[in-house]
Amino acid sequence: MSTSLRNNTAVALAVAAFVLLLGGLALAFYWVPDAPIEGFRQRIFYIHVPVALTAYACFGWAAWKALRLLWLRDERYDLESYTAVHMGLIFGILTLVTGSIWARTSWGVWWSWGERQLVLFLVLFLFYSAYFMLRYSVDPGPRRARMSAVYALFGVVLIPVSFLAIRLAEGLIHPVVFDRNVNSNLAGSQLFTFLVCFAGTLALAASLYVNELTGKRVDERLRELREALT
Amino acid sequence: MNYFSDVGALARKDLRLELRSRDTFLSMVLFVVATLVVFSFSLPAQTEAEASYGLLWVALLFTAILGLTRAFAAEREQRVLDGLVLAPCDRSAIWLGKALAVVAFLALAELVALPAFALFFEPVTWELVAAVVLADLGLAAVGTLLAAMAAASRARELLLPLLLLPLAIPIVVGGVGASISDDPGRFLGFLALYDLIFAILSWASFEYVVTE
Amino acid sequence: MSSAEKYVTAAYLVVLTVLLAYLVIYAFKLSRLEREVGELAELARRRRDAERTSEPERDSEEVAP
Repeated sequence: MSTSLRNNTAVALAVAAFVLLLGGLALAFYWVPDAPIEGFRQRIFYIHVPVALTAYACFGWAAWKALRLLWLRDERYDLESYTAVHMGLIFGILTLVTGSIWARTSWGVWWSWGERQLVLFLVLFLFYSAYFMLRYSVDPGPRRARMSAVYALFGVVLIPVSFLAIRLAEGLIHPVVFDRNVNSNLAGSQLFTFLVCFAGTLALAASLYVNELTGKRVDERLRELREALT
Repeated sequence: MNYFSDVGALARKDLRLELRSRDTFLSMVLFVVATLVVFSFSLPAQTEAEASYGLLWVALLFTAILGLTRAFAAEREQRVLDGLVLAPCDRSAIWLGKALAVVAFLALAELVALPAFALFFEPVTWELVAAVVLADLGLAAVGTLLAAMAAASRARELLLPLLLLPLAIPIVVGGVGASISDDPGRFLGFLALYDLIFAILSWASFEYVVTE
Repeated sequence: MSSAEKYVTAAYLVVLTVLLAYLVIYAFKLSRLEREVGELAELARRRRDAERTSEPERDSEEVAP
């Protein structure tokens, strides 16, 4: 039946997250050698970058669901888009915190306006927090669903535009910071560890997403039941 | 051609209403000049001259928010927006008409603001003027859409700045960059790109925001 | 533990903290859902009993002159 299939997805994702994330973390701490220049502290990379990429993935997923809502005029997608934005925001906050810790251990400061990813995520954090403000101040209904969907689409377009803006601002408006040599020349073991961790965080986000979505839908059903019975 | 005559009619309606009462426009002008004066008191004397360009852009941004907050105020007070939406014109024409009116208001306010800035702070270059024009287009495009969203909410005036500021950051970067950089063309090009992308997006999505 | 190790561990612990917070929030949610389902089940039971008791009344009305 359909219910059992849904249960299977949730279980499959949770198991995948369990295996991949634990495996990835074990690799990141025990297997991968220290980075040549940075040393031990480079290992934050294996949690910071996957979390950041997962946040982008969540926002992208939210925009996809938003597009489906506007295209097919099906309000069902509203809850899915909303939950995806929620996940994206959580992972975005995690990116900011882990990024800040990494900045502290690399350069001695908790924040640097020259660190492109951090600044971009700050802008996105503001943007998607406003998404929740929007939802809270509009009465529930098809119109709120459509407005949220349009806003989620704007968000995903804002990501590359903001990134471009931040790059343009570097040097002129914001300070320039030494780029960590993380993305260039990843050794084989580093790449493998990174990919496992990335798959793990994606599975984690997907698993949390499915759980939260199920919870919200159950809330809806209970409300309907209550109305039918009273 | 019917589409553009609708747009023209809508834009003219807003401009005519404003010409009669003149309150939004006057508030915007006074606001931007007052803000510039406040800024003159806010920076220490040793601050580099270029910092004042940054302040100009902040002042323009907040003036735009002021103007946009009023953009749908009239409609909301008389539920005219519902009537407009029922009208047999393309909903996106409402957006375009409104956005053009907003650009006009912004331009008029800047006609006062830029000379004031040149008087109080730093000289105004052609690149700055070009950047201001492009920024007006971008702010009006996105701002009109967001103002329609805010008008439908309970939080109204409080919501618009929250929605607009993150989206306005690239505009500020483009504007300030064009004002102080050695290579303003890059920033002007970026502003034009922003305008293109977000104007198309706003134009296409306006009807989803405004229909019941 | 060196300073670098402390920071690296802190970063990973932050992720763990968020996950555990999620767990706690969901524990609350699940107990609330359980309570609501119980209430609704009670409502449904009362309704069913009310329908059952109203049926014999109707029969007796038809029989009476």
